[in-house]
Amino acid sequence: MMLIAAGTVSVAHYLVVGAILFTAGIVCMAVKRNAIGVLMGIELVLNGANLNFVAFGSSYLAGEGRPPLGLDGEVMALFVILLAAAEAAVALAITLNFYNNHATVDVDRADDLRG
Amino acid sequence: MTECLFSGMLAQLPLAAVDWHGLFFLLFAAIACGAAVMVVLTDNVVRMALHLVVSLVATAGLFFLAGAEFVGAMQLMIYVGGTLVLLVFGVMLTAQTQLIALKTPTGDKVLAGILGAALFAVLVQSAVSIEAWRRPGLAEVAAPTATPLGMALVGVRVDGGDPEAGRRPPSGYLLPFEIVSVHLLVVLVGAAYLARAKRRRTPRTVELFASVESSTPSRVDAGAGEPASSVLVETGR
Repeated sequence: MMLIAAGTVSVAHYLVVGAILFTAGIVCMAVKRNAIGVLMGIELVLNGANLNFVAFGSSYLAGEGRPPLGLDGEVMALFVILLAAAEAAVALAITLNFYNNHATVDVDRADDLRG
Repeated sequence: MTECLFSGMLAQLPLAAVDWHGLFFLLFAAIACGAAVMVVLTDNVVRMALHLVVSLVATAGLFFLAGAEFVGAMQLMIYVGGTLVLLVFGVMLTAQTQLIALKTPTGDKVLAGILGAALFAVLVQSAVSIEAWRRPGLAEVAAPTATPLGMALVGVRVDGGDPEAGRRPPSGYLLPFEIVSVHLLVVLVGAAYLARAKRRRTPRTVELFASVESSTPSRVDAGAGEPASSVLVETGR
C-alpha cells in the first residue's frame, strides 16, 4: 500500500517520512549523552514536523480541491526554520558555557541543581 | 555523430513511461530516512553532524518535490548553511578525544528503541488511517512562483480568496513576520552575550580542565556518572 504503485505520491507518503524523521529525532534526544547530539535530535524533530507542514500545504499532493493548509503550511515551515536557527544559536551558547565551566559536554554531568 | 547515437539510444529507452516524481520521491525519502537513522546509530559526534547534513539536504529535495521551492531553498540556506555550520563549530570547540564518542549504556539504547518503535507505530497508523490523505496527487498545478509567499509575508494575500463565493482572502503574515525578525535579533544578541569569551576561570574549573586532560579516555568514560569532585580526588590534585 505504501509503495508508489499508482504512479503518484500522496500526502500519506510524506507523513510516513516525517514520522521516521520525528522518531529518529526523539530517540536521538533520549539516547545521546553529548549535548550537541541532543541538539541534532531537536533539529531532526523540527525537520519532520516541517515536512508535514509542507505536505499538507502542497497543491501537488492534494488530490482534488484545495490543499488543507494551502500557503499557511509553507509560511509555518519558514517560521519553524527561522526559530530553529535561533534555538540552535542559544542552545550552542549554553553548551559552550557549560563546557567552559565543567570541561565536558556530557549531559549526565549537568546535575549542579540536584537537591 | 556521437550526439546522434546518444539521442537515438535515448529514444529507445521508455523514458516517458517512468514516473520521475515518484522515483525522485523514493530516492530523497530513502536518503533522508537512512541518514536520520544513522544519526541515531552513530556514537561519533562528527559523523552524526555529517549524517545530519545529508538528511537535511534530502529533506530539502522533498520540499522541492512538494512544490515548496522557496521553503526548500531556505532549508538549504538557513539549515544547512547556517545552523549546521554552527553545530559543527560547536563540535570543534568542544572536541576532546574522550568527548567525541560518548558511549550510551545498552539498556538505555534498548529502552529508547522500544519507545521509539511504539511512537513510530502510532504516527504511521494515524498517517495512513485517513483516506483523504492516501489519495494520490494530481501533480498538475500552475507554474510555481514565490509571489504568493512574499505577498503573504508583507500582509497581502493573493491566493485562497474566492470572490464569486463571497469568501475573502485569508489574512496575511505581516505581524508574525515582524515578531520573528525582532525575536531573531534578540536571540542573536543574547547568544553572543552568553557565548562571549570571558577569562573568568575559577580555581575549580582550572582543576577540572587539568584533571580531564591528564586522565585517560576510558577512565573518564567509566566515571561519567559520578560527581566531579571524586574525579579530582582520584587524580590526586
